[in-house]
This record gives sequence, C-alpha cells and structure tokens, in this order.
Amino acid sequence: MSSYRLRSFSHWLLALFLTFTAAGQLAAQDEAKVSQAGVTPGAAAAAAPAAAAGSAAGAGDPAVIQAGDALFKANCAQCHAVKDVVVGPALAGIDKRRPLPWIVKWVQNSSKMVASGDEYAVKIFNQYQKQQMPSFALSDAEITSIVAWVKSEEGKTNPLGGGGEQVAGKETGGQTAATDEAGAGKYVNVVLIVLIVVLIVLVVTLVIIANIMKDVLRGRKDLDGRDVEILEQKTDWMSILKSGWFKGTVGTLFVLVVLYESIQGIMAVGLSQGYQPAQPIAFSHKLHAGEHQINCAYCHTSVYKSKSANIPSANICMNCHSQIKTTSPEIKKIYRAIQRQQPIQWVRIHNLPDLAYFNHSQHTQVGGIECQTCHGPIEKMDVVYQYSALTMGWCINCHRETPLNTKGNGYYDNLVKLHNEANAGAPFTVSSNGGTECSKCHY
Amino acid sequence: MQESPKYWKGIEELENSPEFLHNALSEFGALPMKEAHPSTDDTVAPRRDFLKLMGFGLAAATLASCEAPVRKAIPYLNKPEEVDPGIANFYASTYFNGQDYNSVLVKTREGRPIKVEGNPESPITRGGLSARGQASVLSLYDGARLQGFAIKGQPADKDKVDQEIRTKLASAGRIAIVSPTIISPSTKRAIADFAGRFGNVEHVMYDAVSASALLRANGGVVPGYDFSKASVIVSLAADFLGTWISPVEYAAQYIVNRKVSSDKRTMSRHFQFESNMSLTGSNADVRVAVKPSQLGQVAQAIYAGIVGGGAGSYSNPELTNAINELKAAGSAGLVVSGSNDANVQAMVTAINAALGTAAINAAAPSYLRQGDDQRMANFVSGIGSYGAVIFYHANPVYDHPMGAQLAEGLKRANLLSISFNDRADETTSLCQYQCPDHHWMESWNDYEPKRGYLSLAQPVITPLFKTRQAQESLLTWAGNPNTYYNYLRNNWRGVLGGNFQAGWDKAVHDGVAMGALLPAPAAQVAPAGQASAPAAKTGGYEVAFYEKVGLGNGADANNPWLQELPDPVSKATWGNYVSVPQSLAKEKGWEQGDVMKVKVANKEIELPILIQPGQAKGTIGIALGYGRTKAGMVAQEVGRNAYPMLTLVNGSLSYADVASLEPAGSREPLAQTQTHHTIMDRKPVVQEATLAQYIKDPKKVTEYDKISTPEGLEKPSKVSLWQDYEYKNHHWAMAIDLNSCIGCGSCVVGCQVENNVPVVGKQEVINRREMHWLRIDRYYSSDHHKNEFETEGKLGTYAAMEDPSDNPQVIFQPMLCQHCNHAPCETVCPVLATTHSTEGLNQMTYNRCVGTRYCANNCPYKVRRFNWFSYYSNEKFETVNGHMFTDLGRMVLNPDVMVRARGVIEKCSFCVQRIQLGKLEAKKQKRRPVDGEVVTACAQSCPTQAIVFGDLKDPNSRVAQIWRREDGERAFKVLDAINTQPNITYLTKIRNSKTSNFFAPEKEEKHAAKAEHHNA
Repeated sequence: MSSYRLRSFSHWLLALFLTFTAAGQLAAQDEAKVSQAGVTPGAAAAAAPAAAAGSAAGAGDPAVIQAGDALFKANCAQCHAVKDVVVGPALAGIDKRRPLPWIVKWVQNSSKMVASGDEYAVKIFNQYQKQQMPSFALSDAEITSIVAWVKSEEGKTNPLGGGGEQVAGKETGGQTAATDEAGAGKYVNVVLIVLIVVLIVLVVTLVIIANIMKDVLRGRKDLDGRDVEILEQKTDWMSILKSGWFKGTVGTLFVLVVLYESIQGIMAVGLSQGYQPAQPIAFSHKLHAGEHQINCAYCHTSVYKSKSANIPSANICMNCHSQIKTTSPEIKKIYRAIQRQQPIQWVRIHNLPDLAYFNHSQHTQVGGIECQTCHGPIEKMDVVYQYSALTMGWCINCHRETPLNTKGNGYYDNLVKLHNEANAGAPFTVSSNGGTECSKCHY
Repeated sequence: MQESPKYWKGIEELENSPEFLHNALSEFGALPMKEAHPSTDDTVAPRRDFLKLMGFGLAAATLASCEAPVRKAIPYLNKPEEVDPGIANFYASTYFNGQDYNSVLVKTREGRPIKVEGNPESPITRGGLSARGQASVLSLYDGARLQGFAIKGQPADKDKVDQEIRTKLASAGRIAIVSPTIISPSTKRAIADFAGRFGNVEHVMYDAVSASALLRANGGVVPGYDFSKASVIVSLAADFLGTWISPVEYAAQYIVNRKVSSDKRTMSRHFQFESNMSLTGSNADVRVAVKPSQLGQVAQAIYAGIVGGGAGSYSNPELTNAINELKAAGSAGLVVSGSNDANVQAMVTAINAALGTAAINAAAPSYLRQGDDQRMANFVSGIGSYGAVIFYHANPVYDHPMGAQLAEGLKRANLLSISFNDRADETTSLCQYQCPDHHWMESWNDYEPKRGYLSLAQPVITPLFKTRQAQESLLTWAGNPNTYYNYLRNNWRGVLGGNFQAGWDKAVHDGVAMGALLPAPAAQVAPAGQASAPAAKTGGYEVAFYEKVGLGNGADANNPWLQELPDPVSKATWGNYVSVPQSLAKEKGWEQGDVMKVKVANKEIELPILIQPGQAKGTIGIALGYGRTKAGMVAQEVGRNAYPMLTLVNGSLSYADVASLEPAGSREPLAQTQTHHTIMDRKPVVQEATLAQYIKDPKKVTEYDKISTPEGLEKPSKVSLWQDYEYKNHHWAMAIDLNSCIGCGSCVVGCQVENNVPVVGKQEVINRREMHWLRIDRYYSSDHHKNEFETEGKLGTYAAMEDPSDNPQVIFQPMLCQHCNHAPCETVCPVLATTHSTEGLNQMTYNRCVGTRYCANNCPYKVRRFNWFSYYSNEKFETVNGHMFTDLGRMVLNPDVMVRARGVIEKCSFCVQRIQLGKLEAKKQKRRPVDGEVVTACAQSCPTQAIVFGDLKDPNSRVAQIWRREDGERAFKVLDAINTQPNITYLTKIRNSKTSNFFAPEKEEKHAAKAEHHNA
C-alpha cells in the first residue's frame, strides 16, 4: 500500500518535470513566433498588411501597384515616404493635390518646371530648402504605377489609426506588436508562477502526508516483519554509488556531455553569431528604423540593386542631420569626419568568408525577403548584432525550405509550369531550382 | 572517306622522345618537393621538414581560427552618384600605345578598373580586343610606374620642375619632341601650340617596329585595307592577323570571308610568303616559306605578272598559282607586304593599283603608323645640335638601333632632357627631368586611327600617383592655363557641330564618333628607287626580326600576363630565342635550348635556339621587344634585346639581315607549353577538311566516331552507364569555330584577367605547371607518320617536311573545360568538390577540394590546373605574380571571383560569375535572359567571334542555332568516342586548298593503306 503511494509520488515528480518543460517550450515558441514575424519598418511594412489591405486600395491593378512598389523602392524611397516628410514631401494624397500629368512632368524634369515658373512647382521648391529633385528617366506608365502604389499605401494604416491621425499613428505598427509580445510574455509567466506554486504546495503536502502515514503505521503492532522492513526501508546510497550500472550511466553521460560540448565548441570556431562590437558612432537602428520608420533602403541605397547593401556615406546622414540634432556629440563625429575628409570606419558585423558569394538584390528584389529574416529585429537594436548564424547550413536550410518568389516574374513562368507538371504538390523551393548547387555561391 | 594526317604538337612528339612519352602519360610533372627544399644530399628526404610544417600548420590554423579579426567597413564620405558598391560601371575609352588601336569599354568596380573589353560600337575593332589591350589594365597598377615628378631621379615639386623647365626651354635653341606615332588630333595640336610658343621645335615620330617604307609608297599613310572585300589575299611576310599595323581590325575583316556554312560555301584564299612561321602564315591556305632575301623577288614576280616587266629569278608553283588567282580575282585581290623596303612596298602599291583592288578604301587611310626612320636617324646623329629633347612615351635608348649613340648624346650637360614616360625606363633614367604622364585610364584623349573615324578616351579613375597628363605639361610650359580636357573639347567643337553638348555626350558615351580632325600627314620623302627587287644581302643565315603577338615592340614588357602568354605558334613563354629550321639543327647537331652566339654585323647576343617547324631553310628568326633592363621587376633581363641589330638601309630600318651562328657552349631551357597537356591520339580531337570537300558535301567533312554494339555501329551516346541530365532552366553551351579561330591568344589573357588566374613564371612553365584555364592548342599537321621514320629514315622525313612546299599546316584549337554531361572528373572526386549543375556546368568548389588531383588525372581534356603554391603569398612568385602581393596590384583582381589557395584544383567555370549576374539582371527585370547578355570572357574578347556562348534552352540563341545547323556537318565533340558528351562543340576547320599538301592524289593509296593500318 505504502509502496503504491511512493510510486505515485514519483509519478507526481515526473508530471511536474514534464509540465515545466512543456511550459518552457511553449514560451520559447511564442517568442520565436514574434521574432519571426518581426516588425516591419518602412518598405517592409508594406508586405505584412498587403494582403489585408489589398482590396482596400481600391481600383488599382495589383500588378501595376507591385510594379510601382519596386519602382518606388528603387528610385524614390531615398527621399520620399508615403506619410512622412523625409527629404521631400510626404506623398500621401499626391494624386489629389496635383493632376497626374503634372506629376509625370515634375518627376521627369522638375528643374525645368521650376524654371518655367510653374506656381506650385516653385512653391514646393522653395518650401524644401530649394533642394532640387533630380530628373528620373521613368516612363509615364511607370510614374502612374508609382502613384497607384502610393494611393494603395495611403489606405493601409487606416484600419489601425483611423482617419487623419496618421502623424501619431506612424509608430502604431511598432508599438502594437511590441505590446502584443509583452502581453503574451506576461501571461505565460503568470501561468508558470502559479503552476510552480501549486506544485510546490502539492509536493510539500505529499511529503507531510507520507510522514504522517509512516508515523501511523509505526504505531500499529499488527505489522509482520515484511511490512516493517518496507516501512523502515532506507535507501542504501553507497551501494547505488558503487553499483556498476550507476557508474556506467554516469560515465556514459559524462562522455556524452563532454563530447557534445567539444563538438559544439569546435563548430562554434569562426562563428560569430551575436557579435556586437562597439561602433565608432553610437548610431541606433532602433531610433532610425524603429521609431522613425525610415526605410532601410534610404540609407542602404543599393540593397535592392546590388550585391552589397551599401553602408551609407556621410552625405546621406547629412540629408537630415544638417538640420536635425546638430549639437549631439555623436552627430558631431560625422561633421568631423567630413571636415577632415576621413571616412567613418565602422566595424563590420556580418562577415562572410571570401569563398562565399552573396548578393543582396537576389534576396531582396527578386526573392522578396524581408531584411529582418536574416538581420533579425534590427528595428529594435540600439547596437546591431549578428542575429543569424551565417553558416552554410543556415543558408542551405533556408534554400531548402523557402519557396521561390515566382509570382509575376517572367523569368520563372516556364519553370513553374514545368514544376507543377512534374510534382504539383511539392512547393517550388529555391533548392528545387538548383539553389543548393555549389557554384551558386562558390566561385 | 577522310584521310588521317598525323597531328603533332612539337618535334619531341613527332620523334616520340622518351621524355615526351613520360610526360604525356602523366598529368603532372615531377613533384615539387625537391626543388622547394634544395638539399645538398639528394637522399635526404624532407620528411622531417614536412612533419614540422604539418605540426606547425595545424597549430597555427587552430590558433588563427579561434580569433576572428576585426574587419572594418568603410563607406564613402560622399558617395559618387553613379557608383554603387558591387555594381560594375563600364566606360567607353580607347587603348592605343603606338602599336595597335583598340576601342574599348573599361569595366570598373567601386571606381577601379578591373577589366578591359572590346567596344562593340566601334566600326574599326568591332568589339574585338587584342591580348595586349586585355592585359593593359594591369599596367595601371604597375608598381614600376613613376609616382611623381623628379629631377634626375630625385622627387621634386611639380612647380619647381615647371619653372626650371620653362626657363631652360626659353633659351634652349633647337627643341625636339620624340614620340612614337601619335594619332591624337588634340595632342598634335598641343604639340603645335608648344612649337608655336618656343619656335624651332621638331616633332620626330618613329615606330619601334617601323612601317616607314609602306608610308613612303603610299603618300605618308597606311592604305585603308579592308580584308573583308578581298577574295584573294597575298601577304608577303605581313603578319596582319598578329602584329602588323592593326591586327584586331584586320582579323575582324579577314574573318568575314573565312566563315563558312552550308549556305555560304565560299572562302577567301590566302597565300602567305614568309620566312618565320607567323600567326598569319599559320592561318594561310597556302604558306610558302621563303628567305627574306627572296621576298623582293616574290614581289617582283607578282609585279611582273600583274603590272608587267621582268620577273625575278625566284619561282615556285604556288607563286604562279597566286599570280593567276590574283589576276582572276581582279579588284577582289589584295597584296600586302610587311617589308620595310621602299622598293618592295612601291611594287606592292603598284600591284594593288593595277588590280584596282576594292579592298583598299582610299577615303579612309589609316594613321596608325607615321614614324619616319630617316628623320629619327638624323635626329640621333644630330643630337649634339639640340638644346632640348622631350621624350613622349618614346624609349629610343632601348628600342632604336642607335640607342647607344643616343644614350651617349643624352649625357651632355647642357642638353635639357625631359621624359613623359610612365617609368624610369632605359631612356627616362638618362633624362634630367621626369614628368610622368597619366596612364591612359587616367586621361582624356582623342584619337583618329583612320581618316574620318574618331575615338575618345576618358579617365575612369582618379590619378593614382602625382602624375600629370603630358599634353597638359606641354600646355603649361607653353603658357596655356587651360586644362587638357577643355582644350580637347574646344578642339572638337568643329567636328560635332549642331548641339555640341549633346554630340559630345554621345561621343563620350559611345567612345567613337565620325569626323576628321587630324591634318593629313606629310608624305615622307622617298629615296630614289625603282620598282624592282632590291639587291638583298645573302650569305650566312638570313635572319628575320619579328614582333611577338603578345609582347609587341616591348613597351609593355613589364606585364606578366603578356610575358606568360604563349607565342601562338612556338608556344614559348618568357623570353626570346633563335628559331631555326629543323634541317639546320639536324645538320649541325644542335638541340633545342642550346645557347648560340648570334652575330649580326658587329653586334652579338646570346640566345637559346628553338627548332621551329615551317621556318624557311637557311633562315633564322629573332623576336624584338625582349631584354628590357629598366622596365620593372617582371621584364628585367627576360630574353635579349635585338633592336641594336637592326640597320638603316636606304632610309628605313631593315628587319632582315645576315647573321652568323655559333654555339656558346651552354644551355638554357625554353619555357614552352606546346606539349604540355597532351591529348593522346589526335584524330578525334581536331578535324579539318578542304573547301572542295565541303562544297561537294558538307555532311562528309567531319568524321564521327562510332562504337561497336550488338546492333552494329552506333553513336557513342547510345551506350551509357550514366543517366542523362535533364535541363529545365538553362543549358549553357559553347560553339568554337576552328575556321574562325586565328590563335591570337586574346581569349587566354581575357580569361586570366576575368578569373584572377595567377602567373607562375618561367621555371614553373618549364615544370609544366602553368595555370591558364584556357589554352590554345596548336597542332602541326603533315602526312608524315612516325612509321615513315622507320621506312624512310629520319633525315629523309625531315628533309621532306622542311621542303617549303611541304611545310606543316597549323590548326589552333582553344581548349578549356568541356563541361561534360558525363564528366569523368565528377565521378572520381572523393569529396564531391566537382559536381554537375542543373544548368549544365561542371562546377568546381575550391573550398571543398582537398587536392587529391584524381579529377585532373581522369580528365581526358587535361584542362584542370592544380595550385602547387600560394601564388599570392609565396615569395618565389613575387617577381612574376607581384600584382597579387601589393595593395596597388590587388586592385586589378575581380572581386567576384576568389583567389584560389594552395592545394586545390581549379579550372574554367564557364565564367559562372557572369552567368549568375546575367540571370540576376533578368530576374530583377522579370524576364528571361536575352541571347548575348551572358557571355564568357573568352567569347567576348574574341576578335573573330570564333567562340560563341549561350543557352541551348533558348532556341533562338546563336549557340543553339549553330548546334542545330552544324549538327552532322561540321559540329563535332572532342573525343566523342568516350562519350563524355561535352557542352562545347567544335566546328571542323575548312581550308581553301583544292589539293591539300597531304591530300595530294599520288599519296592517296598510301593513305588508304594507312587508314586501314589505323583501323586495324
């Protein structure tokens, strides 16, 4: 009888352990989900609500809007945002402010319009510190598509902020998500604490009950020798320690742990995940990308067109900081660099070995991957650290799992057809198009 | 059925020497261990050293990998608008260094030039580019360049130099500006302005390898040859495909009438009379080896046949054929001569006039040679009467026969001597003032290579050193404060007309424009002469001096890419030699590599000999352009300088003379690549046929291998162990037309630049370890089989072979990784470092390679290269591969291609970086790649479009069309029988010879017998 009770006690302990583990995993999963979804500043923000707001955008043809999106990122995003004044004016409502032909003429050659004395043009020119907008060799259709995209964008945050209070709403995206995450985390923690307390109480209660039971049994006289033996049974720790199976188990465990640790250690040689060096200027991505929602491509100008994303040159900083926060000691470092004609020497965080070729534009422009997928929650980093492992296994894994972004891309049309004919069920991943072959990255 | 001539790469193969056999059977030569650790006792194996190194290496590697170095990311301070890191920009420009003219596109990455490519907009070079042009990007980063102004070698302030020079010039008296040919209208004007300011200024132009006689016979210009309009070409020792005047232009024209297809079964006919086996001669349908002294007689015989008059004493059946065919061709005939004898050139001009040839455009003569030998000679002898001399890219102390005399003259203290040369070369180091010019990639300049054809050069990089453009120096000293850029623009105002800015922008963008700016050059005074053969010197051995296709006149000798580019015919690298005919070597018992004392007049040099099939009997050949003493580390004492041996005959430099040869008693090995990477049994490797056969039936010119199966003879691909690949996306492939390949080597250098291929130097070439990913195999062919040696005796066979009418024919075959679909290399790699891609590429993954070299041993094409050393850090290679050792030189490396480490195999990747880039651009624009968008470096550099690259999956691509069209006709795969199924197809070479030398009817029987013998 008592043996039964003791057994049930050990069951309790097992249950306790399992509960803890499960709860911990749940919490970890939650966190992972949040970090995967990330928060999407600027251009990236377009993607998340795009599906929801697609219809809200109205009459725009999705293909046109998509084209406009790409064109905007490539040409306009350096100086314009939809709802913010960056270098040039916010573009929301542009189609209402000016007729389309005017916009086309302006984009193609703004200086000509200013020179011709167009009233609105001159006004805009003067309003923005007489900074000339460069001429763009875009066709009428292309400009129309950009306007269509802007139009589709301006509708997007409406459900969140509501109406014209967009100035305040610009941070909503970031904050809501942050609150969500915090909320989820708190809830899990409370449940955990309650569980732990309940379990501790249970254990204590059980121990007390067991002791009381023992005492009661000891008081009884009708116990035979066998029962007494069980009752007075003590764990013989020495014999356990000396037993072969114990030594064997511990030894094996020890060897396994050492082996595991050394393999992990060796594998980590040359790995620099989490590398977070101090930078010469305390630039905060949290402030710029997070709070101010500046598009990544505004500073990293070539991220959509080149192999390298490009670390911004000082003149890009100067676009804003010629006027903003001019007295900050950190900003003054930029002024000094310009004065002394010495470029700022940032510490490089993401280092790929020379033997690996990586191209940003392949992933951003063609693949449509968010910056955060590899760089992590960059909009929350005060000091940037290396978020991903950047190992070959990490690359390959993603190439195996990620479906190709083939939509609307004429390059893939025939390939998608062939793939669907062969095995329609399987996703058309990067690797199924040869994306894990050696010379895709090594040459 | 086709006869099977014997193909051989070198004498040693023809003789089947034991050494050849040994090396032919092993992929790699002897192991490098011994020579890396020279030991006094050969029996002591360096095992201990090896273990020590291994132990240290392991420890060092572990330690090094534990700590990641801090790497900096340094952005621009103010990013230029048009520069995006990672994206290449192309700028149209012009390369002209006094030799060949090339309109080019310069590829820059992050503002630094990394590659030069041909400009397809140019009506002259049509997108082609010479090997020298390809290599010129390295000269920008040459550490031997002068880094600033100097007075007698001591760095000096620019202003101080200017001031001193101005003062001295004002009282100098006679001033001479010595330069090679200048075809820049604005430069000429700047020189004229300078002359206007100081008066009494002479501009002496001379060409290191002169065409003075040609100019004299044609009113001071080079006739505007257009080989595409000629159906019969007779060349008298003019190497117009390799070195003569404008080879890229001429090759592009020449090939128009050489390409055949079943719809166009016509070809031009090309006779070549010459003594050295030149690139052009090796491409000729009929090559007749004649002595230099006989060339005049050949000209006279042709003159007699076409114009009239007495024929000379020389006769040859092929000469008679040539004359008859020229007559029949009439205005489609063309005679060119490389002779620098005014009489010969006068005859040639008269012949062309009599033919009324349409292949010379009188309206667009070429300005590419303007040097006047007589004037230059007068200048040197009269150096004492000059008060100042300015050397403008001219190095006469080295490359003029009177160089020693000039060097003496320059020592005179009151002679103001100034040099604009880019390095402290033989002449500059003797000058008082060194005012180095910008490199052409740092300069603005204009060019008029032909009348009415303009070309611009624009700077593509900020000057690396404190140099100044020479023209600006001249303008400064003449008191003109203008920049040369403004000066040049003003000069162009007249030509572009209309909206100048728009016209200028277009000209800068395109790199070329139409319009004439250059004043017609003054006709050179021809010494009195008759249209008759000159009395040539005879006796002894007749020597013919020539230029190398890669190195040219030696101005670029410090470029290791050019030094290591094998000569197209002899396949020798790193140095010059005396090429002697086989008969002579046999007669005297000389062997290849024996050093000879060569004596011409009273000058003597020592050079090793090279036995050259096809060298005319009784003649020897010596290359110019070697033996630099002050060009830089690379060129230092490579070969011997033969310029001093030239003599001035009748007002022009003579490139033929009489020499005496005598053994010096020592030996010097030659770094030849010709039998390296030998593919055994040539029959299925190169294929050729005559035009007559092709006209008769294009389907019968190529021999296809069949294999025996139970069902009878079948194509090799019928039986296979392996499964075939299915390509869904792309299938990259190449077609190489052996008819169009002239063997110039432009692709070899183009590939080297694009893929960061290291230079290994002379000793390593001798050790058979050159690294070129692409080589051009040169096969001699004749019907002399090795069994003839047994039946007819060696001497008899050689005698027959050396008979001028029976000299070997030559085939060039670019050989690179064949990207086999059933690749033997892939199956043997134990670590899967070489694999097949879904686009048909045979991928080589360096970081996976452990260096077993199984793949190289299993490759039937011998195209895999092993990195025996760290060519970028091993001090042994610092001289020859120096550009990988310095920050300056490393700027030339292609950042998209890695530099391979020691111990790995490397090979042609089909320029996978270009494929990936082309695909990405297409994807970004949401479309399929267009044919011609993705081209390999070799295909792009080819002046004759012999190499075509593209996607077989695109049915309209040129390569797919060629594969379809030529299937069963000229298309063949090398070593088809072993069923490797390469992605490169070759097209059979067609020779325009009705009766080929070795297809002669009387030998038909013998051949049939031999064919049987072969099959048995």
